[in-house]
Amino acid sequence: MLTASQRLQAFANPTRFMALSGRLVAPLGVLTAVVMAAGLYFALFASPPDYQQGETVRIMYIHVPSAWLSLFVYSVMAVSSGVALVFRHPIADVCAKAAAPIGAAFTFLALVTGSLWGEPMWGTWWVWDARLTSVLILFFIYLGYMALRATIDDPHAATRPAAVLALVGFVNVPIIHYSVNWWNTLHQPASVFRMDGPTVASSMLVPLMTLAIGFTLFFFVMLLVRMRAEVLRRRVRAMSLRRAEG
Amino acid sequence: MGRAIAALIARDLRLAVRAGGGGGMAVFFFLITVSVVAVGVGPNLSLLAQIAPGILWVALLLSSLLTLERLFQADLEDGTLDLLAMGPLPLEVIAAAKAFSHWLTTGLPLLVAAPLLGLLLNLPVNVFPPLILSMAIGTPALSFLGAIGAALTVGVRRGGLLASLLVVPFYVPVLIFGVGAADEAISGAPPGVMMQALSFLGAVTLASLVIGPVAAAAGLRAALK
Repeated sequence: MLTASQRLQAFANPTRFMALSGRLVAPLGVLTAVVMAAGLYFALFASPPDYQQGETVRIMYIHVPSAWLSLFVYSVMAVSSGVALVFRHPIADVCAKAAAPIGAAFTFLALVTGSLWGEPMWGTWWVWDARLTSVLILFFIYLGYMALRATIDDPHAATRPAAVLALVGFVNVPIIHYSVNWWNTLHQPASVFRMDGPTVASSMLVPLMTLAIGFTLFFFVMLLVRMRAEVLRRRVRAMSLRRAEG
Repeated sequence: MGRAIAALIARDLRLAVRAGGGGGMAVFFFLITVSVVAVGVGPNLSLLAQIAPGILWVALLLSSLLTLERLFQADLEDGTLDLLAMGPLPLEVIAAAKAFSHWLTTGLPLLVAAPLLGLLLNLPVNVFPPLILSMAIGTPALSFLGAIGAALTVGVRRGGLLASLLVVPFYVPVLIFGVGAADEAISGAPPGVMMQALSFLGAVTLASLVIGPVAAAAGLRAALK
C-alpha cells in the first residue's frame, strides 16, 4: 500500500505527469467545449434581458465567472507555490508558472468586461472603486510574478523567489482587498454566494453557473496544455545544455 | 546575538553616511518629485492643500523605492552576504536588521523632510500632526515590505526596476491608510475616525514586520545557492 504522500510523489514525476495529462487533455477539451457552448447559448439566447439593465446584463455572464476565476487561479498558484517551496515538487513549480498568465488573462477579462458594462450602467468606463481597484492590483501582482519569472533564465533558480512572491501575494491580497474596501465602494456586494441564498433570478443563475463551470474547465485544460509545454521546454533546455557541454 | 545585530546596523549606517547615495539622495528625490507635481498641477493653493497628503505620501513611497535596489545587492556582490549567512545570525534576523537600517537611513530622513514640503504645498497646520504621525507609523512598512522585493530580485539583471514593480502593489494598504488619516483631519472628522485609520496603518506595519524578514530571508537563501 502506498501512503498518501507517496501517491502524491508519484504525480510529481514529470514522465508520469506527461502520460496522464496526455490522456486527459482531449476528453477534457471536448467537455469544456460542450459546457461553454451550452453556457453561451443560455447566456446569449435562452435567458431574458434584465428589467433594469436590459441586454447589457449578458456581459455579466462573462464578467462574473472571469472575476471568480481570477481569484481561484491565484489560489491554485499559491497552493502549488507552497508545495513547490516545501516539498520541491517540480510539477508544482511548473503548475504555478503555467497558471500565472491564465490568471492574468482572466483578471484582464474581468476588468475589460466590467469597464464595458460600467459605461452604460454607471456612465463611466472606470471608477476608483474598492472592487475595481483591488482587482487591478491583483492584475499588477500577476504581472509582477510573470516579470520575475521572465527575468530569471534558469527555471530551477526561479522556483523559490517566484514561490515566495506568490505566497506573500496570497497573504497580502486579502489585506489589500479589505483596505481598499474600507476606502471607497460603488461596486455591488456579492449576490450569488450569500448566507441567505442567491438574490439572482434562476433564469439568470443557470447561464451564470454553466459558464462558471465552463470557465473553470477551460482553465484546467489550458493549465494542462501549458504545463505540458513547460515540461517539454525544460527537457529541451536540459538536452541543449547537455549537448553544449559536449 | 544583540551585539551582532547592533554591529550589523552600525555597519549599514556607517556605509550610508560615508559611501553616500543612500538617505540624502532619497530626500533629494522626495523634494524633486513634490516640486514637479506641484508645478504640473499648477499654483492653485487651495487645490494643492487638498491633495497635499496624497502627493506627499506618493512621493515618499517612490523615494523609498529608489534606495531598495542596494539593500542587499551590494552585499551580495562583494561577498558580505555569504559571510553574514555563515555567521551566527539567522538570515531572517539579518534581513530584519538591514530593513531597519534602511528605514533609519531612508524613512527617517524623509519623515523629517515631510513637514517642510508640507509648507510648500500649503498643507493646513492642523493636518501636520496626523500626517507626520501616519508617516512615522507607515514608513517602517515600506522598508520591511520593500526588503521582500529587494531580496527576491537580488541576483537579477535590472533588479531595481523589477523590485519596484513587485513591491508597489503591496504598498497600497499603507498608502490608503496613511493618506486616509490625513484626509480625515482635512475634512474635520472627529479624532476617533482618524485613530481608526492610524490603527489600521499600525496593523499593516506590524504584519509587514513579520512577513517582510521571513519572505526576504527565503529570497536571500535562493540567491545564495
